[in-house]
Amino acid sequence: MKGRLARTLEIRTSPHIVSGYSVDTIMFNVVVALAPATVFALYAFGWAAAAVLVTAIASCVLAEHLVCRATGRATTVGDWSAAVTGLLFGLTLPSSLPLWMVVVGSAVSILLGKLLFGGLGRNPFNPALVGRAVLQATFPVPMTTWVVPFAADRFARLPSSTLAAPFLQPLYDAASSATPLSAWKFGHQATGTRELALGLVGGSTGETSAVLLLAGAAYLVARNMMGWRTPAAIFAAVAALSGALHLANPERYASPAFMLFAGGLMLGALFMATDMVTSPITHAGCWAYGALIGVLVVAIRAWGGMPEGVMYAILIGNAMAPHLDRLFRPRVYGAVPRRPVEAGR
Amino acid sequence: MRLLGLRSFRHGVHPPEAKDETSGLPIRQFPFAPLLVVPLSQHAGKPSIPVVREGQEVARGERIARPDGDLSVAMHAPASGVVRRIALAPSIGGRMTAAVYLEPFPGSTQEVIPGRPCPLDSATPEEILAAIQEAGVVGLGGAAFPTHFKLRVPAGKSVDTLVVNGAECEPFLTTDHRVMLEQREDLFTGIRYLIKATGAPRVIVGVEENKPDAAAHLRAGVPRDLALEVELLRVKYPQGAEKMLITALLGREVPSGGLPVDVHALVINVATAAEIGRLLPLGRGIQERVVTVTGPAVKKKGNYRIPIGTPLRFVLETVGVEQSELNRVFLGGPMMGQAASSLDIPLTKGTSGVVAFTEELAEKTHLQVWPCIRCGYCLDACPIFLNPSQLGLLARNEEWERMAGEQNLFDCFECGSCSFVCPAHIPLVQQFRMAKAMVRKRGAA
Repeated sequence: MKGRLARTLEIRTSPHIVSGYSVDTIMFNVVVALAPATVFALYAFGWAAAAVLVTAIASCVLAEHLVCRATGRATTVGDWSAAVTGLLFGLTLPSSLPLWMVVVGSAVSILLGKLLFGGLGRNPFNPALVGRAVLQATFPVPMTTWVVPFAADRFARLPSSTLAAPFLQPLYDAASSATPLSAWKFGHQATGTRELALGLVGGSTGETSAVLLLAGAAYLVARNMMGWRTPAAIFAAVAALSGALHLANPERYASPAFMLFAGGLMLGALFMATDMVTSPITHAGCWAYGALIGVLVVAIRAWGGMPEGVMYAILIGNAMAPHLDRLFRPRVYGAVPRRPVEAGR
Repeated sequence: MRLLGLRSFRHGVHPPEAKDETSGLPIRQFPFAPLLVVPLSQHAGKPSIPVVREGQEVARGERIARPDGDLSVAMHAPASGVVRRIALAPSIGGRMTAAVYLEPFPGSTQEVIPGRPCPLDSATPEEILAAIQEAGVVGLGGAAFPTHFKLRVPAGKSVDTLVVNGAECEPFLTTDHRVMLEQREDLFTGIRYLIKATGAPRVIVGVEENKPDAAAHLRAGVPRDLALEVELLRVKYPQGAEKMLITALLGREVPSGGLPVDVHALVINVATAAEIGRLLPLGRGIQERVVTVTGPAVKKKGNYRIPIGTPLRFVLETVGVEQSELNRVFLGGPMMGQAASSLDIPLTKGTSGVVAFTEELAEKTHLQVWPCIRCGYCLDACPIFLNPSQLGLLARNEEWERMAGEQNLFDCFECGSCSFVCPAHIPLVQQFRMAKAMVRKRGAA
């Protein structure tokens, strides 16, 4: 034995090992999971979609960075959550949306949707949906003007609306199309399930390909980075309620398959409603939350004035999430029934 | 309860096991340090009262301290030598506690002096419990709770099952594994004493599935007249926690704030049971215990029978460590073990492992703390079904009473599963320990 062992020891409390998961890895993997649907969006809508998505991501990340700087804090863009918000926000927009509106919406997402509440983990509503809801209310026409997918010139030029000057009415030169949901709502035209599943239809940039969205979600569920209960509950509720309505009156109410695959349901159920921060944390709470969203989606689509209702359904679900957690608290191991309140207190 | 065919409990985590390097190494006798420091408080409860004077010569195995009341045990000399001092010594948390400084005689054969045997056939349950207390036996799994006290079945309660805990769910530790393989007869003898002391008609040894050799070895040797079952358990942390073990093996839930005896069960660690079987027939006391010395910084990893009171520095110097890389040393496993504040602390009866980390491994826990994103991993990890996420938010706001009241803080037994899985690296269990201390302090004030 040579020399006495002399060494400054690090003192920490247990546990002395960690699992290796990290917030930034989870957020980054959400981006990875959205990659297939994103690539398909670029393919279906061309440069316009690329412009919208890049603008959305860049605006969100920049907005968060600038606010952190302005308030004298270390920048938080490294946690990837601003990038996730930007990507999700961009995927919910029509590809022909003027870029200045994308910037406004991104800023609203990050500022009003997230940072105003204290940043990551403290926002009650999904930031991307907050931004989208504000745009929907502010610019209803551009937000519901959909260009035809797979247009021949989609890689040749940008639609004129994309580069419209701020605060002016954008001019549309690209051929517009109805989404499957609006075609059903206003014209009672059903779209085939195969077209819907594969994404051969019009709509927001990222919502069209159900199959690719499901594949990305499966990746996250397999890595335990997404709860499967919420989307399962949404799908079950949508299928059950729309199925019952469709059986009662197939002329008026669309089939369950159409309801599941059309519009923003896949994107919303898989990637918005499952947002960890704004959804319930308890298993039972997730089931109830998903069921609530599913019922609201069908109700808004069937009886509301708008063809689509996923965004509002999820935002209402977000508002209910803390209450559902409280309502569905798990029973603690070995808990004995609480004693009745003593009289006279 | 069974999960996918194997006995287990709900929730829990799967840390890397890290047992391969020592699980195959037989128990070896450790040398005597030049100076042994035997703390008088190595157990939950009152410190023992020394019965030796400074300068007195003692024989190995001789009683050097007597129990102070019911919740206390006796101490025995871990070596033949001279009592140099009875003075303060550092303990693991940094506090100074009274200890007997014993200098072993160099070159002594270190024979253990004969004691007064406790005959299995004729001893009454009370005599067996008294003998366990006199032998200085405490829970060797790490809790160091006086065993005779735990085994005492309160009036009006009964025990139908004695659960012997061979789960050893903590990563790195392999002492229980080796004891089951090498001290089977001691274990069976100990179980016979325990059956007699508690009146338990049924005995189940629970062994995690990663120790199939130990389970098979025990099964093969069960004497005809011993009502003993060996059950395999799913490898999952904290499978060895009393409540989880009872749920896994008996399908019963220990009530909140209650004890296993409330569901007619008693749990004892395999090493403790084997030690009872080793000591009582000879009337001896605990002078040493099996310790797994391991970790990336340790050169000669192994399972050693180390005299109680051996300074940590002597242990590490003897097995050899990479001094330049040594960063953190903790006693016990990595999930619940306590970091040593100093190398001068002695090993005690509750020390099941010495794990030395290198800088490289320790740095993996030096992680940026993010805000809670409500991922729910901690809820899925907590074996007690608490909401660590919510508890963590309350802790940040210092709402200690709400934590204790509406969020069942005191049901937490600090297994650390929540902190282990948290992707935001929030020190959850650490905050809960502090919260408990704050609630107790305010309650006492």
